[in-house]
Amino acid sequence: MTVAEEAEKYGLHRVGARPSLVDYLKQTWSRREFIYELAKARVQSQNDRNRLGMIWVVLKPTFNALMYGMIFGVLQGANKPPEFPVFVVIGVFLFEFFTTSMNGGAKSITGNTALVQSLAFPRLSLPVAQVTQNLLTLVPMLGVMFLYALILGTTPKWSWFMIIPLVLLFSVFNMGVALICARITVHIRDFTNILPLIGRVLFYTSGVLFSVDRILNQWPWMIAVFDFHPLYQTLSIARAMIMNDSPYDPMAWLIVGAWAIATLAFGLIYFWKAEERYGRAD
Amino acid sequence: MRINFDDLINPDLHPEYEPERIFSDDTSFIDVVTQDEGANSNLYIDSTRQPVVMVDNLHVKYQVYSSGKAVGASGARRLLQSNMRGVRTVHALKGISFVAYENESIGVIGSNGSGKSTLLKAITGLTPPASGSVYARSRPSLLGVGAALIPGLSGDKNITLGGLALGYSRQEVEKMREEIIKFAELEEFIDLPMRTYSSGMSARLKFAIAASKQHDILIIDEALAVGDAKFKKRSEAKIREIQENAGTIFNVSHSMNSIKETCNRCIWIEKGVQKMDGDPDTVIKAYQAHLKKK
Repeated sequence: MTVAEEAEKYGLHRVGARPSLVDYLKQTWSRREFIYELAKARVQSQNDRNRLGMIWVVLKPTFNALMYGMIFGVLQGANKPPEFPVFVVIGVFLFEFFTTSMNGGAKSITGNTALVQSLAFPRLSLPVAQVTQNLLTLVPMLGVMFLYALILGTTPKWSWFMIIPLVLLFSVFNMGVALICARITVHIRDFTNILPLIGRVLFYTSGVLFSVDRILNQWPWMIAVFDFHPLYQTLSIARAMIMNDSPYDPMAWLIVGAWAIATLAFGLIYFWKAEERYGRAD
Repeated sequence: MRINFDDLINPDLHPEYEPERIFSDDTSFIDVVTQDEGANSNLYIDSTRQPVVMVDNLHVKYQVYSSGKAVGASGARRLLQSNMRGVRTVHALKGISFVAYENESIGVIGSNGSGKSTLLKAITGLTPPASGSVYARSRPSLLGVGAALIPGLSGDKNITLGGLALGYSRQEVEKMREEIIKFAELEEFIDLPMRTYSSGMSARLKFAIAASKQHDILIIDEALAVGDAKFKKRSEAKIREIQENAGTIFNVSHSMNSIKETCNRCIWIEKGVQKMDGDPDTVIKAYQAHLKKK
């Protein structure tokens, strides 16, 4: 009789063995209160030593939008998309959700080594808590975003509510990205050094500040690429739902949905495969 | 012992050899115990008692650059293969085997750097074995919750967070809250942020939260001394209470008195080798004789 069989007989399991994917998801689900509390606590403590406290959550993207709006408004001249200020506000505010999820996700395991090493819980909880935290900060940002849209002369309409399903799909997509980045960083710490660069490149190639149709009309094949760009399509839907006159192709919903589900599925499996690896001293 | 094929290749002599892909999903480096290795071990199991933890011919190795930097487990090592000349392998545990039974309280002793902490990390599953394996009834936990707490939050909110991190439901945390506050003696300060606490106060709070949990297999790494003399006494009493309720305890300490008082079995490790395993008084006597000889 081998030791493994002997252990089985007494109901002992190998320590740290990775559960099946279904069990893993179930275990994570049973930790949902912890995940939510962790996300909430981090939101509360993130700005607690600043004098303006939580106001920074909306102040920072406001300043960003102001800066980018001014610089790129001047640079683009006549190629500016119509209703440019609202265009930039929507782009910058929603894109912030993506970058914070990607960067935070990448650090969610390596930045919590002490926690991972001292308590046993499915490590999936950490990137999920990170994206939840970013979603919680997005809510006041969205409120302010609609306020700016009103101030900048957008007429309220029922389709504003379509931002809710859009943000849900976007969260699913961001979760997938966060999970992938979380595992890559565990294997290669250097990844966090390139990540700001990746974020920057994506910022300038996702149509946050420009309209693809106007800038790239000499290269139709590039416009075709942007038809399948998850971030660009997400922003297009948001703009079509909020702005007075911003055309979009309803196919975008399908593309964004497909990207979200595929990214999350890949991210979950990719992250789960290395569950035994997290927190190990290497 | 398992030798990685890639490590035997000198890249200077075989420039055409391609190592495994960096992003491979291969986690086989974790499961390094093979069936026949397990069969050779001579683990004796007393079938009249209920085993809780089985450690079977456990070897742990660290790979360290001579400069002291740890080597990444999979990808980074291959990226840096040409600079591998300075890598040293430290064989931290060399074949530890024992079976821990229900209601045993096991002290682990040995001089500094003998592998005590490595053994405990391997038991919790945080350090991968080079060969051999650890089996347990449930995942062994360290007595500690400090890492889950957030200094910017009030003590009260940290109790919620710490309790949930330990795996309690929200209702259970509510039930324990009063008791935790009382035990930590923080009634007046519980609404203040934890970063304003003195080190003694936050140590008390961390201990009180961690000690509220019932453990099946508990690992205590010199955690006995927290707070002032008065709190130390109470925390020791609390640990004894936890020990009575817990299934099995591993206790690492340099204080022979505390091992004698709290443990009913003792394992002595020296330079990664298991020297002795048995009754605390006998083992401690042998260990102290060994220390004097040096």
